[in-house]
Amino acid sequence: MSKSREIIRLERNARTKNAVFKTVIYVFLAFWALVVLFPFYWMLLSSVKSYASYMSERLPKFYATEPTFENYINAFTQVPLAKYFLNTIIYTVITTALMMIVIVFSAYAFARLDFKGKSLLFVGFLALMMIPNELVIITNFVTITNMNLRNTFTGLILPSVTSVFYIYLLKENFEQVPDELYYAAKVDGTSDLKYLFKVMIPVCRPTIITVIILKVIECWNSYVWPRLITDDANYFLVSNGIQEIRENGFGRDNIPAMMAAVVAVSLPLIILFLVFRNKIMEGVSRGGTKG
Amino acid sequence: MTKSGVRKEGIKGTLTGWLYLAPALAFLIFFMVYPLIDVFIYSFEEGYNSASQTYFGIGGYNYSYVLRDPYFLQAVKNTFILVIFTVPVSTVLSLLIALALNSIEKLKKLFQTVYFLPYVTNTLAVGLVFMILFRKTPYTDGLINLLIKAFGMSPVDFIEGPYWAKMFVLCVYVIWIVMPFKILILTSALASVNPVYYKAARIDGASKPRMFFKITLPMISPMIFYLVITGFIGAFKAYSDAVAIFGVDLNAAGMNTMVGYVYDMLYGDGGGYPSYASAAAIILFAIVLTITVINLIVSKRTAPKG
Repeated sequence: MSKSREIIRLERNARTKNAVFKTVIYVFLAFWALVVLFPFYWMLLSSVKSYASYMSERLPKFYATEPTFENYINAFTQVPLAKYFLNTIIYTVITTALMMIVIVFSAYAFARLDFKGKSLLFVGFLALMMIPNELVIITNFVTITNMNLRNTFTGLILPSVTSVFYIYLLKENFEQVPDELYYAAKVDGTSDLKYLFKVMIPVCRPTIITVIILKVIECWNSYVWPRLITDDANYFLVSNGIQEIRENGFGRDNIPAMMAAVVAVSLPLIILFLVFRNKIMEGVSRGGTKG
Repeated sequence: MTKSGVRKEGIKGTLTGWLYLAPALAFLIFFMVYPLIDVFIYSFEEGYNSASQTYFGIGGYNYSYVLRDPYFLQAVKNTFILVIFTVPVSTVLSLLIALALNSIEKLKKLFQTVYFLPYVTNTLAVGLVFMILFRKTPYTDGLINLLIKAFGMSPVDFIEGPYWAKMFVLCVYVIWIVMPFKILILTSALASVNPVYYKAARIDGASKPRMFFKITLPMISPMIFYLVITGFIGAFKAYSDAVAIFGVDLNAAGMNTMVGYVYDMLYGDGGGYPSYASAAAIILFAIVLTITVINLIVSKRTAPKG
């Protein structure tokens, strides 16, 4: 009798202990979520405060008494934010499209074609994966400068249309397509090119889309190369545009207008992320690294 | 790779293969292989003039110049502090968060989504938000300083103030930026540990900490080492995070990083010296390579056998 009561007591203890433990975990997770989200909240909040009310707040308020959209209008009229957007879109679309063509053909050659020197070449490609960008960027800068390609889209785009890592990723995926399909197509007299476009690409579409999304994110956020290669604001991408706005855009202290620009720049990728969340997270965990 | 009768390695096959690879090869040779060789050549050409493309002689002067340049030494110091502080903190913190995430079911997806957000944000853009949160102006102390004052301490200007304060903001921002990747990797590593081990341990009456140190940690240690190695490499290459917070002129702010020094030597107000930039870049990568090799040796030694 006393023994079973003892067990009940122990179980209840264990349960309360468990509940406390769970609570601690949720509080901890909620705290980190707050740390992550707060900067986003703050940029959104500051962007809808009017300049006058922002400047009058000695103690920053956590809400906007009279939200205004005026900063967004200023961001697109007083500084060429729309131009930066357009440049970034052009840069992103062309770079991604060119890269996809280059890497699809290479991945196909490595995965499906037999030719002399293939394995040696592939080892060479893998070795290149270890070369850090910072080491080659110096010569590339000099090359592009000597070719008079500074402040052109060509100069911006050219060095980033190949990625050994994405070739590798796609090759792995191409190799999973059963060989039988290829031989059947060959018997039917299908050319390699036709096979690639009619079979390989449709079958591997999920991976291809993942690569495209990752490349778009990379392009949208790229800063170092565009900064080196452009000093004409007509060719600035959004990252450089933000930096330019900060240094001499609205006047250093018009934080609300600056924050409106920051929100405008951040929003497209956040939407992209929310739409393709699973693809992006899966793609990144397969080996994406951020500089 | 299956060799079959359908396609033989013939001259035609070889030609097709190389043709498909030609664009990638052309770009890689022109923008990676050649520059890689060239950067070593640059680094030994003394007195290189980028306008006339001439130089005086060959030697190690560029290296000795860079190693004596106070800006470079400052950049090395900043980079090392950044690495030593951010890599352990972000790794341990992301491990704790991943463990917490793995022990819950409700809201797990939501938390994972939120935690990943910094990965897809523009470093330059969000850096501005950190700057206004931390800075102190004549008009306002800024939000972080309000918090500090609430704890009874005196406010500090984190953006243009003392060195330690600036370093602190930079470290906080870098950690904020690198966490998503680490949480993601560790959460999936934890989820892939076979639950049979935990069941067996529970039957044996093992305590939770014991289970963590005897099962979880050894099982995910390869991933932790992977994160430490990539974390070291990434932190040594930090640059745009610093620009995001302190602006383009990092030397003036005293907050330059080694990569920043390379770019400043190349371009901008103090630029036009590809030789110095090359020497600095090669020094940086000698350091990164050494540390990566040390990491690999340590991870081999401590990795569970078999």
